[in-house]
Amino acid sequence: MAKKNPKISRALAKNIRRNFVERLIEIALMLSGLIAVLITFGIVFILVTESLPFFEAVSLKEFLTSTVWTPNFEKKNYGILPLVSGTLTITGISLIVAVPLGTITAVYLSEFASHKIRETIKPVLELLVGVPTVVFGYFALLLVTPLLQKIYPDLPTFNMLGPGIVMGVMIVPYIASVGEDAMRAVPMSMREGAYAMGATRFQTAVSVVMPAATSGIVAAYILAVSRGIGETMIVAIAAGQQPNFTFNPVESAATITAYIVSVALGDLEHGGIGYQSIFAAGIVLFIMTLSLNILGQWTRKKFTERY
Amino acid sequence: MSKIIGHEDNINAIRALIKKHKKNDRIFSYIGLFVIGSLAIALLVLFLDLVIDGYPKMNLEFFSNFPSRKPEGAGILSAWVGSALVLIVTFFVAVPMGVASGIYLEEYAKKGWFADLIEINVANLAGVPSIIYGLLALGLFVYEFGLGQSILTAGLTLSLLMLPIVIVATREAIRAIPVHIREAAYAVGATKWQVTLHHVLQYAMGGVLTGIIIGMARAIGETAPVITIGALTFIAFLPPTPVTDVAPFINFAWLEAGFTVLPIQMFNWISRPEHAFHINAAATGAVIIILTLLMNGIAIKLRYSIRKKIKW
Repeated sequence: MAKKNPKISRALAKNIRRNFVERLIEIALMLSGLIAVLITFGIVFILVTESLPFFEAVSLKEFLTSTVWTPNFEKKNYGILPLVSGTLTITGISLIVAVPLGTITAVYLSEFASHKIRETIKPVLELLVGVPTVVFGYFALLLVTPLLQKIYPDLPTFNMLGPGIVMGVMIVPYIASVGEDAMRAVPMSMREGAYAMGATRFQTAVSVVMPAATSGIVAAYILAVSRGIGETMIVAIAAGQQPNFTFNPVESAATITAYIVSVALGDLEHGGIGYQSIFAAGIVLFIMTLSLNILGQWTRKKFTERY
Repeated sequence: MSKIIGHEDNINAIRALIKKHKKNDRIFSYIGLFVIGSLAIALLVLFLDLVIDGYPKMNLEFFSNFPSRKPEGAGILSAWVGSALVLIVTFFVAVPMGVASGIYLEEYAKKGWFADLIEINVANLAGVPSIIYGLLALGLFVYEFGLGQSILTAGLTLSLLMLPIVIVATREAIRAIPVHIREAAYAVGATKWQVTLHHVLQYAMGGVLTGIIIGMARAIGETAPVITIGALTFIAFLPPTPVTDVAPFINFAWLEAGFTVLPIQMFNWISRPEHAFHINAAATGAVIIILTLLMNGIAIKLRYSIRKKIKW
C-alpha cells in the first residue's frame, strides 16, 4: 500500500485529464446551446434600444391610434394603423384561400389517400415549402395581377388581392402538413369505433377525426396567420409600398414588413428617425408573430397531451 | 304482414341512405384530388412560365456578366459569387453551432428549467419572421459590432435563420438512435464525448446532413433579411478572391466586401418597369428555383433512404 504503483498513477493521471477534457467539451456544447437564448434576447434588446429614441419623439398614443403613416413627407406622421391594416387585409385574403384548400388537402391526405398517393404528395408539399418567397412575389406581380386585371380591369398594378392569393397558395402546404399530422395522431381505435357503427369515411373524418384533432388543426391555422403576417417579399414586390389605411383588397397598401424593406432599400441614416421607425415597426411585428406562435404551440401541445 | 312491408321500406330507406353517404364519400375524394391536382398544376404552370420566360437568357454570358443598365448584356456574375461567398460563411457558422446545440439538448442536458429554456427559445426562433433577423443584424452586426454591410454580416444573419433548422434536424436524428448503441460503447470504456462523437454522431450524420441541405437551400432564397442589413442592389465588381497565388494562399478580405445575392438581384429586376428586365428576373428566378428544388429534393430523398435503410 505504501509503494506507489507507477502504472496505476499514470492511469489515474490520464483519467483526470480525460475527465477535464470531457468537462470542457460539455461546457462548450452548453454554450452553443445557449446561443438560441442569446439570439432571442438579442432580438428583444436591439428592437427596444434602437426604437427607444423613436418613442421619445413620437408618443405611444399617436403611434397606436393615428391612421396616417407618412415618414417621408414634410409633415411626418407615425401611426402604425395603416401598416397593420395592410398586413391584416393581405393575411386575411391569404387565409380565405389557404384555409379551405389546406384543410381539404389535410383531410384527403390523412383519411382518404392510399399509402402510395400520400407518399408521393407529402414530399411534393415539402418541396413547395422550400420555394423562395421572392419567386412567389414575381408570380404575384407579373402573372396573377395581370390575370386578375382581365377579370376586373380597374385593378391597379399594385394591389392587395394578387399577393394575398399567391400568399394563400404559399401557405397551403403548411396548413396541409401540420393539419395532417394532427389528424393522423388521432388513435385508430376512434376511427374503428365510427366505422363499426356504419359511418362512412367522410362521416368519420368530419364527425370523429376532425373534432378530435381540432386543436391541432386550429394550431395549423394560427401558425399560418403568423407566417402570413411575417411574409415580406411577396407584399414588398406586389402590393405597392404606399401606406394606406384601408381594408379594401383592390387598393394598394404597405404591410409592416414591406415598410421595413422600403426604408432599408433607401439611404439609411444610422440614428435618424427613419432608421428608428423600422425598429418600432419591427417591435409590433415581433409581438404579433410571437404571441401567435406561442398560442399555436400551446394549442398544439394541449392536443398531444390528451392522447 | 303490414309490419313486414314496413320493414322492407325501412331496408330500402337505409339502403338509399347508405348509397347517399357513399356518394358523399366519393364526391369528397374527387374534391380532394381536384384541389391537390389543381394546386400542383397551377404551380407547375407558374414554374414552367418562369423557366420559359427566362430561357432566352440562360447562357454562359448571363453567368459571366455583371448587372448593367442595358438589360440585354446584364448578367448575374456578382450575384451568384455573392450568394456563394455568403453561404460559405453561413455554413461555417451555423453548422458547428447548430450541431453542438442539438447534441447538447439531446445527449447532455438534464431535464430541467435550463433545458426547457433553450428548447422554448429554439421553437420560437423557428417561427420568427426572417425580416426580424434582418433588424437584429442591422442593429447588432452592422452598427454595434461595426461589421458594415459586408459578406460577413450577411453570412452571420443567414446563419441565425439556419440555426433552428440544423438544431431541430440534429435532435431528431439523434433521438432516433436506440440506447443500446450508446450502452455498447460505454461498456467498452468510452467516455461520453467518445460515445457521442464516434457512435451517436456517425449514425445521426444522414439526418444532420438533411437538415444542413434544407437550411442552405433556405438561405439561398432568403431575401428580406439581406435587404434589411442594407445589401446593395447594384454591384458591378467582385469581392477579392478568397484564394491567392502567394502564401498563405487564403485571404479574408472578401469577408468585408460589399456584395449582392441572387434573390436581391432578382428583386431589383422585378422592380424595374421595363419588360426586358423582367426576363432577366425570370432567368434569375429559374436559377434560384432550380437550385433550391434540387437541394430540397436531395434532402428529402436522403431522408427517405435513411428511413428505409436503417434497421436497428
